Amino acid sequence: MSEVPISHILFVSTALFFIGMYGLFTRRNMITMLMSIELMLNSVNINFVTFNKYLYPEKLDGIFFTIFIITIAAAEAAVAIAIIINLYRSHKSIDVEDATEMKY
Amino acid sequence: MNYSSYIALIPLLPLAAFVLLGLFGRKYFNQSAGIIATGLLLISTVLSVYTAYQYFFVDGKLPVPANPGGDTYQTITALKFTWLSFTENVSIDMGIILDPISVMMLVVVTFVSLMVHIFSLGYMKGEERFATYYAFLGLFTFSMLGLVVSSNLFQIYMFWELVGASSYLLIGYYFQKPSAVAASKKAFIVTRFADLGFLIGILVLAFYGESLDFNTIIQKLTAQQASQFVAITSASFVGVSALTWGLTLVFMGGAGKSAMFPLHIWLPDAMEGPTPVSALIHAATMVVAGVYLVARLFPLFDVNEEALSIVTIVGLVSALFAAVIACTQTDIKRVLAYSTMSQIGYMMFALGVSGTGGEDGLGYTASMFHLFTHAFFKSLLFLGAGAVIHFVHSNEMKDMGGLRKYMPITHISFLIACLAIAGVPPFAGFFSKEEILLAAYNSSMVVYVIALLTSGLTAFYMFRLYFSIFWNKEIEVHNNHGEGTFSMKLPLILLAICTLAAGFIPFGEFVSADGKALESHFHLSFSIAPVAIGLAGIGLAMYLFLYENECPEKYSRMLGGFYKAAYKKFYIDEIYLFITKKVIFNFIGRPAAWIDRNIVDGLMNGIATTTATISSIIKGVQSGKVQNYALYFFGGIATLVIVFIYLWKQ
Repeated sequence: MSEVPISHILFVSTALFFIGMYGLFTRRNMITMLMSIELMLNSVNINFVTFNKYLYPEKLDGIFFTIFIITIAAAEAAVAIAIIINLYRSHKSIDVEDATEMKY
Repeated sequence: MNYSSYIALIPLLPLAAFVLLGLFGRKYFNQSAGIIATGLLLISTVLSVYTAYQYFFVDGKLPVPANPGGDTYQTITALKFTWLSFTENVSIDMGIILDPISVMMLVVVTFVSLMVHIFSLGYMKGEERFATYYAFLGLFTFSMLGLVVSSNLFQIYMFWELVGASSYLLIGYYFQKPSAVAASKKAFIVTRFADLGFLIGILVLAFYGESLDFNTIIQKLTAQQASQFVAITSASFVGVSALTWGLTLVFMGGAGKSAMFPLHIWLPDAMEGPTPVSALIHAATMVVAGVYLVARLFPLFDVNEEALSIVTIVGLVSALFAAVIACTQTDIKRVLAYSTMSQIGYMMFALGVSGTGGEDGLGYTASMFHLFTHAFFKSLLFLGAGAVIHFVHSNEMKDMGGLRKYMPITHISFLIACLAIAGVPPFAGFFSKEEILLAAYNSSMVVYVIALLTSGLTAFYMFRLYFSIFWNKEIEVHNNHGEGTFSMKLPLILLAICTLAAGFIPFGEFVSADGKALESHFHLSFSIAPVAIGLAGIGLAMYLFLYENECPEKYSRMLGGFYKAAYKKFYIDEIYLFITKKVIFNFIGRPAAWIDRNIVDGLMNGIATTTATISSIIKGVQSGKVQNYALYFFGGIATLVIVFIYLWKQ
């Protein structure tokens, strides 16, 4: 079984990152925005794992980082969803365009 | 005997009274405040008298072995510590020095203050701010005592200002009355203005004398061959030597406090304060601070003809000028105020015509002697006036008359004080005035004639006052509540006794310009003229005011414009108002206000407006849209990445 070249994996992660970014900037639904952020986080995770495997196979630092990020992403998702629920209660909407009171 | 063990208590006990009553008085001691303050001051007084005894009779004299009988009084530094130290050579000290005049002033100040404290027990009874009144009196007494024992120029300046501040508080004691508030402000501003000169004068003297200490400065600036003396006399500004400038400016401060012409305008208005306060501050103690200052620096004035002649001229002008005004005033306290100004003028020109050493120093001794006796009879006059005001509830002469039947003790003591100030033997004023006139006679004829004229006027206006209060018409007394309490009579009696006795003190033996005893010569033939003119003044006053008649009105009409001008105090207040309102306000005040409003404020407003404009332009950045923020965030990161990877070259 032949090795997958590093560039392929990096291409996937880069694609994933920009898909996430595109989603973050274009979607108005907060849940979708949250999902986009998850995409970006995962692309970073892929990067960590890849570089760990290809550059320092004898070490585990990258993998630890990944685990940390997954944990924090879970927590972040919980907080974000709590915010969204509260926002929905006060605004009857989860559209970001409807929550722009906090300005100048 | 070691003075340092107790000497500091003399000024500190009144300070303790001030702190205690000022902080807790109204709450806890409103009834007992008077007793507490009086008790503390009594201890001070006893200590001062003891100090005076120690100094004058036990160890003040420095024996000169070569010349028995020529003993001189030394200056004792009883206490000295460094208060502020800047560098090794420059420091501000606090200290207490004892020399004949400071010891004399200690006794005068504590004694008169004690009398006023006792008098106020009755006079101020029932006042709502009784404790505050005594607290202020304590502060004033502390400041005045600190002033007279000061060992250096800076210390005297500090206490000088404290005296001014406490005087401000006491004049404005009845702060519900707008006139009292205006008077206290006027007194403070006028004396502050004079003190500006004093401060500059101190700086000039200290700069050339290279010290603030009285003894050091005097030593350095009077020795003809010392480099400091050469420096200060050779340096000149607008053609006048630095020494003259320094002394004149210091004298300006003294003239402001002592209400000398033309800085006298605050004194008559200061009579708005409670009458015992006038007796303490505006008769016996604070207003003689200027005389004391000149006497303290007298060796310096003595080496400088110009400054000394300024002192003489200002003193003479004030003496005559105030005496003329005093003849026309109808408010009894104002008459006394102008009389005070006139008497202080006497002391000033006596210093002005004096020299040091032997007979030449007569003026100095006479001035201090007059200060001493004047303190007693003038505070007696004021306290008497206070008792009268207490009785009739008015300051105006027209509400008084025939009071001798109702207030016998006040009447007798007032008469004694009037005789004393008129210079009738054997009362205190006779002796001191006699010496001043003799000193004037020895110096120049012009000074003597003006002094003699003033002396006649003094006798006239004092007896005009006396007859108008106690004789003249009979007023109706509605509720005769007596002369006042015992505490009001006691000071009158004590001060009357002092007025009778003070003249017999051989003052020249204790206080003289060079510390040596000065024989006071008594020329019977010389006394004839002053006594005669004094009696003439009394006679004229008796003719005009003993019984109600038409004469005073007739004569005042005859004098016409002059009488009116004197009644209006020669329009000095109007001149001041013209200068301040029309000249200073228009040509200095308004441009300064314009600069403040347009340039200083304009700068600040400009900065504020610019900030507001810029912020209104760029505030759109904070749109409130989360995605915009995220865009800025990523944009920033991208920019940083580009910078660090492509543009950042080491």
